[in-house]
Amino acid sequence: MAKRIDVSGLTAYYGSHKAIEDISMTVEPRSVTAFIGPSGCGKSTFLRTLNRMHEVTPGGRVEGKVLLDDEDLYGAGIDPVSVRREVGMVFQRPNPFPTMSIFDNVAAGLRLNGNYRKAELNDIVEKSLRGANLWNEVKDRLNKPGSGLSGGQQQRLCIARAIAVEPKVLLMDEPCSALDPISTLAIEDLIGELKERFTIVIVTHNMQQAARVSDRTAFFNLAGVGQPGKLIEIDETERIFSNPSVQATEDYISGRFG
Amino acid sequence: MDITTRNTQAPPPAPRPSAAGRKRTSHSATRPGDRIFLGLSRGAGILLLVIMAAIAVFLAYRASLAISKDHGNFLTTFEWNTNLNPPVFGIAVLAFGTVVSSVVAMVIAVPIAVAIALFLTHYAPRRVSGPIGYVIDLLAAVPSIVYGLWGALVLVPNLNGLFSWLNDYLGWTGIFSWDGGAPRSMLTVGILLAIMILPIITNVSREVFRQVPRMHEEAALALGATRWEVVRMAVLPFGRSGVVSASMLGLGRALGETMAVATVLSPDFLIHGSLLNPGGGTFAQNIASKFSEATEYGRDALIASGLVLFVITLLVNGAARMIIARRKEYSGANA
Amino acid sequence: MSTAAVAHKRPSTLRGARLPSWSPWAIAAGSIAAAIGIGAAAGLHSRVQWGVIAAILFVLATYGIAARVEGRRQAKDRVATSLVWVAFLLAVVPLVSLIWVTVQRGVKVLDVYFLTHSMGVVADSQPGGGIYHAILGSLEQVGLATLIGAPIGVLTAIYLVEYGRGRLAKAVTFFVDVMTGIPSIVAGLFILSLMLMLDMQPFGFAGSLALAILMMPVVVRSTEEMLKLVPNELREASLALGVPKWRTILKVVLPTSIGGITTGIMLAIARIAGETAPVLLLVFGNQFINANPFEGAQASLPLYIYQQYSNSAGANAAYDRAWAASLTLIAFVMILNLVARGIARWKAPR
Repeated sequence: MAKRIDVSGLTAYYGSHKAIEDISMTVEPRSVTAFIGPSGCGKSTFLRTLNRMHEVTPGGRVEGKVLLDDEDLYGAGIDPVSVRREVGMVFQRPNPFPTMSIFDNVAAGLRLNGNYRKAELNDIVEKSLRGANLWNEVKDRLNKPGSGLSGGQQQRLCIARAIAVEPKVLLMDEPCSALDPISTLAIEDLIGELKERFTIVIVTHNMQQAARVSDRTAFFNLAGVGQPGKLIEIDETERIFSNPSVQATEDYISGRFG
Repeated sequence: MDITTRNTQAPPPAPRPSAAGRKRTSHSATRPGDRIFLGLSRGAGILLLVIMAAIAVFLAYRASLAISKDHGNFLTTFEWNTNLNPPVFGIAVLAFGTVVSSVVAMVIAVPIAVAIALFLTHYAPRRVSGPIGYVIDLLAAVPSIVYGLWGALVLVPNLNGLFSWLNDYLGWTGIFSWDGGAPRSMLTVGILLAIMILPIITNVSREVFRQVPRMHEEAALALGATRWEVVRMAVLPFGRSGVVSASMLGLGRALGETMAVATVLSPDFLIHGSLLNPGGGTFAQNIASKFSEATEYGRDALIASGLVLFVITLLVNGAARMIIARRKEYSGANA
Repeated sequence: MSTAAVAHKRPSTLRGARLPSWSPWAIAAGSIAAAIGIGAAAGLHSRVQWGVIAAILFVLATYGIAARVEGRRQAKDRVATSLVWVAFLLAVVPLVSLIWVTVQRGVKVLDVYFLTHSMGVVADSQPGGGIYHAILGSLEQVGLATLIGAPIGVLTAIYLVEYGRGRLAKAVTFFVDVMTGIPSIVAGLFILSLMLMLDMQPFGFAGSLALAILMMPVVVRSTEEMLKLVPNELREASLALGVPKWRTILKVVLPTSIGGITTGIMLAIARIAGETAPVLLLVFGNQFINANPFEGAQASLPLYIYQQYSNSAGANAAYDRAWAASLTLIAFVMILNLVARGIARWKAPR
């Protein structure tokens, strides 16, 4: 059920400012693809174009194609709402709905699509929370507000919420940047398990993390301040970190800039 | 400038005689300037408390003068004859009218105000929402007497159609039956009050909706929510208590509004089952209309009714405050 | 659009059927046409009814059509969108009408003569006369109220922000909130009860006292907000230089926030300038020019509007004067608002 993403010639704007330019790449199903690069290089912007969240930002607009198993997300007649159901997202800072309980948070996406019976809902919520390695920690307090959990637990709650609707692709925008090392480890383990079922794209600032969790790595860079970000190269993670084909990638990875 | 540099250059002797130094800093008001300034500002605060206490005490005193001679029941009499001997008056009609007109106003204004606030924060193009928000800000500042004048000269003549329509289709309920008199009834008052409090409720709600963290909205969007579902999942739950307190603010205004009611209502001292037939009255309207002909005793009686209005608004405001306080406990602002 | 969908090999999960972007306009046009038809056929005269029918038809048609084509969730979304729009338009009508009518009817008699003459020898039902006495009264009453209310309000706010700890500060905060909710007529009754005890007749300053009571909590709230915006580092920097606290407040805290405080005071002035009820009880109104706020009944602009409306038994000349006075009052309040906002914007980034 995981799907392949094929991006070609993608350019994204904020108003008149070009944030990323002419990006083409393929993301393989059932794998983890990591985006790395210096701040402001547009990796998060690019990630948000993959589920049409970019256009939610005022002034945001996109040119180019994003094929999800041969279907263009930006084609005529495509409903962005349906796109986001197929392509789930986890954000930089955990954002459970503050007014909902843990259970309701996980069930939120399901309830949007109407009529689940209570028992069904219970099953899916339990399955999703188990899938996010959170079940054992919260099973006794499903009716407590989600904002009462620790940061790492909240982020896993958000992952459970995202996978509950069975998306084809899961986008993660620096999911560990607000978390402590132990919580980070838990999320990284979880990513390893989730890739059996989903296509995963993760933006990260942390190169060790990219090396640990991803199968393929894409390096983004920008020519200078105010210039649009570009994809420099994408390859097997091992090659990127041992023997990249572009000098800039090696400079960045070896810590010479960024 | 010169003085300060000299001060800083002088070696600070404070740390060494530590006990004495600490004593001086903890009583910073020992300097004459500090003492005077603290005295002035604290005095102003105390003055506010004294004024509040004085309002309650003086109103209660004058009210007691009036009520002690009242030969009707102050709470249940359907009459306001302070010039009779013995005088007979009661607030039943006024309390009923005040509550009914305010409830009508809230029923009309709150949903519309919330919708406009949503329109401004989540639906309107940004180029439009800025100026409109500004205009609504200014409308909140239009004096109530102008609303009153507009209500009497523009709104009332235009309500005949609505009233006969309501009478035709909903007249059987009794609440909306109409004898064809001038449309200067409790419904008219309610509509005008709704228009008046609309800008205030809209303003406060808009601020609350604007504070909804973007990440909650994005969480809903990323789950594949339509715009309305984003509003229902993220915006309304977050803003609910804010909307309630905004409404309470509007309710406070509606309860105490004087001139707008006095200009559009044709009052009497009966409780009418229908919202469309003229009659009834509110506390504030009754004070304004009866005041100029009232004797000193009559004024005391009006003060007594004002005291009741005072207590009611205190209760409403207290409730609003409690809701706001509870909101602070259960807010999503932890992240 | 539909050909593209057909050309695809397998059913798409992304491609919800969508109504074309012009459909809301088409549905709106259709429902307005239908409403006019129904209204004309049923012989309904009021335009308001036609509008209501059109709005109801629009919402129903939107839901029906969208539910058919796009599914229930999208239909709900569209209905919510159209309800929000309808509510907005519904609210705009009276508010625009208010401004429009006031301007349109106000300019009829509003001229220099009107602004510089009183109602001294003019019967309420006759044309002529003006609002000079009312403007004068309003300026004096509001001015005196500001002289009393603004300093007390600002000082209270300083107490709450700079000194306030403990039970007294809590009580003051609470009662400032309570005071914000006092109806203006209750403030008027309070001063009235004092006047009854001292056996005094109506005069301008009595109105000022009531207005000052209404002004204080507003000033306290806005000033408090402004003082809280002053970063603590500034205070500490000044205190660390050995400047006493009161001079720190006067020389550092207040100058930093003076723009916001002024804005708050001007907004409070704008609010009390339109108050009618307490003035009606305490100042009583006067046809003649009375420049002394401490003795004898005075006129005031909002009160003038009310009395022109209510005492004239429907004479058009009086209504014209009421509208012109309303326009003057609105203009005054708006200018205060705009200037206040201007100051706020001008002084903001400091």
